[in-house]
Amino acid sequence: MNIYVIMKRTFDTEEKIVIENGKISEEGVEFIINPYDEYAIEEAIQLRDDHGGEVTVVSIGDEEVEKELRTALAMGADKAVLINNEDLDDSDQYTTTALLAAYFEDKEFDIILGGNVSNDNSTGQVGPRLAEKLGIAYVTTITKLDIDGTTATMERDVEGDMEIVEAQLPLLVTAQQGLNEPRYPSLPGIMKAKKKPLENIDYDELDVEDDEIEAKTETIERYLPPKKEAGKVLEGELGDQVEELVKLLRQEAKVI
Amino acid sequence: MAKKVLVFAEARDNELRNVSFEAIGAGKEIAAGGEVIAVVVGENVGSLTDPLFHYGADRVIKVEDEKLKNYTSDGYGQAFIQIVDSVDPDAILMPHTSIGKDLAPRLASKLDAGLVSDAIGIELEGEDVVFTRPIYSGKAFEKKKIKEGIILATIRPNNIAPLELDESRSGEVFEESIKIKDLRTIVKEVVRKSTSGVDLSEAKVIVAGGRGVKSEEGFEPLQELADLLGAAVGASRGACDADYCDYSLQIGQTGKVVTPDLYIACGISGAIQHLAGMSNSKVIVAINKDPEASIFSVADYGIVGDLFEVVPLLTQEFKKVLQTS
Repeated sequence: MNIYVIMKRTFDTEEKIVIENGKISEEGVEFIINPYDEYAIEEAIQLRDDHGGEVTVVSIGDEEVEKELRTALAMGADKAVLINNEDLDDSDQYTTTALLAAYFEDKEFDIILGGNVSNDNSTGQVGPRLAEKLGIAYVTTITKLDIDGTTATMERDVEGDMEIVEAQLPLLVTAQQGLNEPRYPSLPGIMKAKKKPLENIDYDELDVEDDEIEAKTETIERYLPPKKEAGKVLEGELGDQVEELVKLLRQEAKVI
Repeated sequence: MAKKVLVFAEARDNELRNVSFEAIGAGKEIAAGGEVIAVVVGENVGSLTDPLFHYGADRVIKVEDEKLKNYTSDGYGQAFIQIVDSVDPDAILMPHTSIGKDLAPRLASKLDAGLVSDAIGIELEGEDVVFTRPIYSGKAFEKKKIKEGIILATIRPNNIAPLELDESRSGEVFEESIKIKDLRTIVKEVVRKSTSGVDLSEAKVIVAGGRGVKSEEGFEPLQELADLLGAAVGASRGACDADYCDYSLQIGQTGKVVTPDLYIACGISGAIQHLAGMSNSKVIVAINKDPEASIFSVADYGIVGDLFEVVPLLTQEFKKVLQTS
């Protein structure tokens, strides 16, 4: 099977956000593989182990992303590809999709996996957008995947309920939490990863015109939420506290 | 400039979701005196058209087909693109729900258009429609606009006020017949797992448990309180990782981001990744044994105490006052 994963490098979920000159500061920030993409990588590796074939992990970003791509290789992926967009000023989900679509244009694939959202912009757009551009079916937020021949059977999380969905390969799927437990890279895995192929493609080497990748959206402003004032910690007998709380919720906050 | 706005009205269990009315409200604002056209799609949606007018739709298009009984991106995608072609709108709004998240990017890709996902606010600045949306799960916000062409956005439930219900409003319902070709994805079965039927993302009140809940059974007092308040039950990552509950309940940077009117956090310490998912709730109550727990820093009201004592007392007290009122 030709298995591809689309991956994004994101801020560690523990990071606080600092805004400098209208931009999110990356200074001192720890980066990780987007947690949802980690499920996608793990699932891809398991698919390959069960069905044979090869896992290629593709990401877009600057050279720094090579670190997360190496991590994916250390987990067990076979190949990694970085589409380098360092010289591209302006990009959004439309841009990302156009670059990925250009990359996949001459590739043969059975399945493309990705996370259902990234934990930074959380738009969840790129998976479905890419599937549409490639003319293949897609299933989002999957929590289980079985492939038999060319038929994929999936469970997907739909706002707490579960749907069982069937589709034919080639297919794009996006991972939801609960799909699997991503492995940690092993020491031999890390050693092997150093020798695995990591291809660095400059975005303008792809067959895509500048006006085809120009962002369709524009960010005007970024800001932090107003700091919340410390609230009221109630005191006294527990029974009285509970009574006071209910009164406050009804009369002061008026939410019940 | 007046605009023609197409709004996707979503139904669940043959009932329109609140966020559909919120999206019509948002559509009215963007339309700036223009027309808001609501589209409702399904196997049998005849009874759903009236409320759309009551909440402000100027025109309603209904599409009925047995292939649209269950949502699939293929089926709804084909239906919707045909409607977009025939209506030729200036803007399209969808709820930021499971369906909207799945369908809107496909539509945007098909139309070669920009899409603002998960909008929580809308402002008109001259000719521009400016959307506010959370980033980093609500640790920060951004204002965004579509540079040119058709405006596409998904609207987060519970954030944009719908118009006042006005049952005297009515209008014309148009039936579109749509050709749906073979579907590439087939829904074999839908398994209902949500316990109370109140969806986390749309819930006005959420009762959430963390590690302090200690076990699967530990969620029972929380569920009782939730049932009484018509609330949804949620959880922190700690509780999910410890297998006390299903991951579908998880609130946080991984998991769901929620903004209910009232969030009651029980035995949740308040790790930054959880706070990201809930700290923009309107009112937060924290119940925790540890007075130093960081959840208290975002709470409006706090009770330092054992949730297994406090929560049942709270349920009792609410029962008392809700019965007498």
